[in-house]
Amino acid sequence: MDRFLTEEQQMIVDIARQITDELIIPNRAELDENHQFPREILNAIAQADLMGLTIPEEYGGFGGSLFDSILALEEFGRGCIAVGTAFAASGLGVLPLIVGGSDEQKQKYLPAVASGEKFAAFGLTEANAGSDASGIQTTAVLDGDEWVLNGTKQWITNGGEAQIYLVVAMTDKSRGPRGASIFIVEEGDPGFSCGPKEKKMGICASSTTELIFKDCRIPQERMVGRKGTGFITVMKTLDSSRPGIAALAVGLAQGAVDTAVTYAKQREQFGRPIIGFQAVQHMLADMATETEAARALTYTAARHIDAHPKDMSKASSMCKVYATDVAMRVATDAVQVLGGYGYMCEYPAEKMMRDAKILQIYEGTNQVQRNVIGQELNKEYNR
Amino acid sequence: MKIVVCIKQVPDAKDVKLDPETNTLAREGVESIMNPYDQHALETAVTIKEAVGGTVTAVSMGPPQAEAVLRQAISCGADAGVLVSDRSFAGADTWATSYTLAKAVEKSGGADLIICGKQAIDGDTAQVGPGLAMRLDIPFATCIQKIRSVDASTIVLERMMDDGYDVLQSGYPLLFTVVKDINQPRVPSLKGKMKAKKARITVLSAADIGADPGCIGLPGSPTQVVKVFPPEPRGERAMLTGTVEEQVEQLVDKIKPYLV
Repeated sequence: MDRFLTEEQQMIVDIARQITDELIIPNRAELDENHQFPREILNAIAQADLMGLTIPEEYGGFGGSLFDSILALEEFGRGCIAVGTAFAASGLGVLPLIVGGSDEQKQKYLPAVASGEKFAAFGLTEANAGSDASGIQTTAVLDGDEWVLNGTKQWITNGGEAQIYLVVAMTDKSRGPRGASIFIVEEGDPGFSCGPKEKKMGICASSTTELIFKDCRIPQERMVGRKGTGFITVMKTLDSSRPGIAALAVGLAQGAVDTAVTYAKQREQFGRPIIGFQAVQHMLADMATETEAARALTYTAARHIDAHPKDMSKASSMCKVYATDVAMRVATDAVQVLGGYGYMCEYPAEKMMRDAKILQIYEGTNQVQRNVIGQELNKEYNR
Repeated sequence: MKIVVCIKQVPDAKDVKLDPETNTLAREGVESIMNPYDQHALETAVTIKEAVGGTVTAVSMGPPQAEAVLRQAISCGADAGVLVSDRSFAGADTWATSYTLAKAVEKSGGADLIICGKQAIDGDTAQVGPGLAMRLDIPFATCIQKIRSVDASTIVLERMMDDGYDVLQSGYPLLFTVVKDINQPRVPSLKGKMKAKKARITVLSAADIGADPGCIGLPGSPTQVVKVFPPEPRGERAMLTGTVEEQVEQLVDKIKPYLV
């Protein structure tokens, strides 16, 4: 189906597609099996100017829109969600800077991320604060002209591989939702370390670690935005980043459809290719249709958000929840269409299914997304 | 440093089509790509430019549609593209092609370094690189698999041989041809693609390069392509199926009788 892209948007798709076909797909199984961070692929993405897609031009980026970034993410998602996650998480990491950072902070950190010289990570989640982000217990106390951070972040993507960490910490517990602030922590800061890489069901090439702060001292200038605006910035950040996850999901679903249809045309049983059997055809039809629907919703949501509307949470959550649920269903069905071969690691379907699951969990579980949509609907109909 | 990369647009087809009347390649309706070896040559040139500074000019002899591979070269780091195009170049064999390219290089003010792909996947002669060097009377080396070091005055290369490799050192000017092992060609960058879209490709005709009509195209070609065809499959064909391990075992069983 025609996506009605501009010439420039088509360039982004073409480059991302070439990277996916030439670099990601041929290497994804090995990266997954070896739990190996896809540094070379990320370097190639940076060299192609895609690492800085949404970083403003004056800070070395391309100055592209959210829609531009989801075009790239969709292609990378078709290749490998681990690579797509590493890429997206770096973008998520610098988003608080773009949204709320000072000009000095942006000048200091954004160009290095745009060029691919450094990666970023976003540190919010803790052992006792996942969906309930307000329950975070990492603290930041001002001591002289330094902030002292104490606490532990959990399941942070790009942990141990990034050089720049945007960390949410409580600066004033008594102020509840207005008690958190965001800080820039750099690799090598005293008192900051990363835990070992977690072993996961999927996205094994993506690095997921704890961030450990033990009297971690950082200069005062490392706070992003005004004290107490942490959660507000986080919400703005996630509203912009959720469509990116939706895009990864659309890409994975497309890859699963491609794999399943190709297989069904080749595999012969009972004297003919199995795509000739209605049971299989109906599965493929539903898979393809849902993927297109997920794509359409994601594109619409991204375009809506790029228009800087007053309310973007509903659109953002809708595309995330729908596309990721579609990805899980489609990936599961792809394994089914491939049958026994779908269960074997030699074929890409099982990895797609293992990878798809996290899409329904991170960046706000799909239950949280439904909460957001429900609350937004409630607000909307009051007016 | 002034670097020239010779690039050819070739058909991306398993079935090479020849126009029987003119004995030239029928390029209409066949999808075209940059000759894969030339992608590696371009990557080599851009990498050297990034190391020691200078400019990379992509040069191609071809029909007007070959402009596409010059733009592709710019999107991957070349600074400029020159298309040497004229109806009278058609039918050129490697002798006439190397003459034409040499005139074009001379017309463009020469170069310190000329890098070519080892061969074109449609002609497969591997003659144009060395031919061009001879015409320009500059030293050349073929089948380069690695650049060991490069600076403003010296370049050290590894030349692939059947039983190993030679290490060569040279000054400039120099022409060398590269094999695929030398590097992984980069993907075009977004800024590169936008630059390529806006770039002005210089087009040089036979008159522009001061070519002798008797030395170009079909008239200037001592050899002629009489027929181009994919070879007929002969003998027994077998499709092996199963897992990779199973296929390997089947293959070994099939080869064994021939190994006595």
